[in-house]
Amino acid sequence: MGRFIVRRLLQAIPTVLGILVITFVLTRLSPSDPIALMYANQPEVSPEQLASIRETYGLNDPLPLQFVRWVGRVLTLDFGESFFYHRPVIELLAERIPNSLQLSLAGLLVAVLIGLPLGVLAALHRGRFPDHVIRVVSVSLNAVPDFFLGLLIILFFAINLRWLPAGSMNVVGEQCTFCWDRGWHLIGPVLLAATAGIAALPRFMRAEMIEILSQDYMRTARSKGLRERVVVARHAFRNALIPIVTLFGGVLTILVSGSVIIEVVFNWPGLGRLVFDAANAKDYPIVQAAVLFASLLLVLSYILRDLAYAWVDPRIKLGR
Amino acid sequence: MAERSGREPLSRGFWSDTLSRLRRDPTTMAAIVVLGMLVGLALAADVLAQHLFRTSFSALDLPRSFDKPSLEEPRMWFGLDALGRSEVVRMLYGGRVSLFVGTFGSLVALTIGLAVGMTAGYFGGWWDDVAVWAITTIESIPLIYFLIMIGLYFRLDALSLTVFIGAIAWLGAANLARGQTISLREREYVTAARTIGASPWGIILRHIFPNVLPLMIVVLMLAVGGTILAESAISFLGFGIQPPQPSWGNMLSGATQYYFKGPHLILFPGAAITLTVLCVFLIGDGLRDALDPRLRGSESIARR
Repeated sequence: MGRFIVRRLLQAIPTVLGILVITFVLTRLSPSDPIALMYANQPEVSPEQLASIRETYGLNDPLPLQFVRWVGRVLTLDFGESFFYHRPVIELLAERIPNSLQLSLAGLLVAVLIGLPLGVLAALHRGRFPDHVIRVVSVSLNAVPDFFLGLLIILFFAINLRWLPAGSMNVVGEQCTFCWDRGWHLIGPVLLAATAGIAALPRFMRAEMIEILSQDYMRTARSKGLRERVVVARHAFRNALIPIVTLFGGVLTILVSGSVIIEVVFNWPGLGRLVFDAANAKDYPIVQAAVLFASLLLVLSYILRDLAYAWVDPRIKLGR
Repeated sequence: MAERSGREPLSRGFWSDTLSRLRRDPTTMAAIVVLGMLVGLALAADVLAQHLFRTSFSALDLPRSFDKPSLEEPRMWFGLDALGRSEVVRMLYGGRVSLFVGTFGSLVALTIGLAVGMTAGYFGGWWDDVAVWAITTIESIPLIYFLIMIGLYFRLDALSLTVFIGAIAWLGAANLARGQTISLREREYVTAARTIGASPWGIILRHIFPNVLPLMIVVLMLAVGGTILAESAISFLGFGIQPPQPSWGNMLSGATQYYFKGPHLILFPGAAITLTVLCVFLIGDGLRDALDPRLRGSESIARR
């Protein structure tokens, strides 16, 4: 297993390099001038001064040299300073990450708690009413844009019924991370964060359950005289969970990508909201750093997924 | 797919078989009809706006902004927006953008994906390594962040957004085409073609491509749905299609300020996106079953 981990980590190096190149090149292809933007509010800075600032930042050097220098700074977690907040970008990211994490992990938990039982239910009633309902719900949820679903949640549960708050993390004046107030504010965004999982998990769980329910050892378990509930819960469900574990790499993708929309709709001050506000303020360093961070998180989650595959199915370690 | 003709002596050929199976599937047929109507409405936007609704997508009527939907005159059917523009007319034009970006964005993606996937799978070697590297790299950048970055650095319109989305979204098609090609490469008829001296490009075009195509049509439908969702999401965030050009996505941006005054401004465009994407996905599902009945309802995770 140790060798497999090392090999998988080495495989990630070209990917990370590619991400760095894409982020860098896109920034440099942009027609807008970062130095001009930095000093957009200070007309007293003359064009000559701007040119000399550009020179000190090394923006006139050849691109490959600039790239190497930039990667060097990224490796030391130096993403520069925000144009808007005038603080190091890394600090701003670090402040927001816990908020995003709380939302994403709660969403993942809810998705699993709802999605897996639905999949089992569909498999046990294959081809009958519950199966059809679950299929229709899952196909429909896939087709609804997440921002529309979020707006609907706010419209019905916050505006019409007044059960939930319409956004943000706490009521005004309250500042707590684990309390009833936060929990109340979490319900809407967590529901939205969980939808992608609730749409996808039942289908996979159903397929796994159906596969396992047709295995010989299920007949053996039944003929031993075990009750149906024990057969399903202990013999089928637990075995079906194994390949599901490997899905979570993909689920993390959805959580990372979805967070921007969710945090914008519910005004949740996490990483996604930071990126959205920064993009609106043309605060390039923040956007660039956040894209890098989200991408590296994905690379990491793909590595974890592959390790999970190998852990579940040892044949993969030997293959290729 | 090639083996089937032997088992079904009455077969009328692969494509007409598929078509007749499709005709017996009411859900898919209904989805095709609804999608056809939506496309028709979007194409007829100019005519309808001129003769039925008698207004344009940018004509303001500020005193009546946020008016609720009513049947008093055609332009009021879906109500008026924040600037008093007719919501129903704006939705017709918004549909054009969504359907245009969805169709052509995924066609661009499919073309790139097929070209890269088939050549990488057939030739292997360094080109395959480069292709796999490109796929894993691009799939590691979350789509919405990618689009925000692009929207921030470039001013996007329907055409450039189509190209950008196509240039990002080809990964799925490439992966599938590559996998299929690798398994087809070792089939007897391909070896036979190689033995009698067929050129690699001839083999790819004449023997690999027709066998990859059916699966790609299913992928295309899923890609159209995904592209429409991506366009609406990025336009909703304000980095995609820019006003005054309406798109279903950007009609919803700013919706968070209108919960009380204009819930209809949220419901109609949102429902339009949902309906369109749902139809596209249902057609994709139906096509998959019709093209190869053995795949019906199959959902495999690890067994790829």
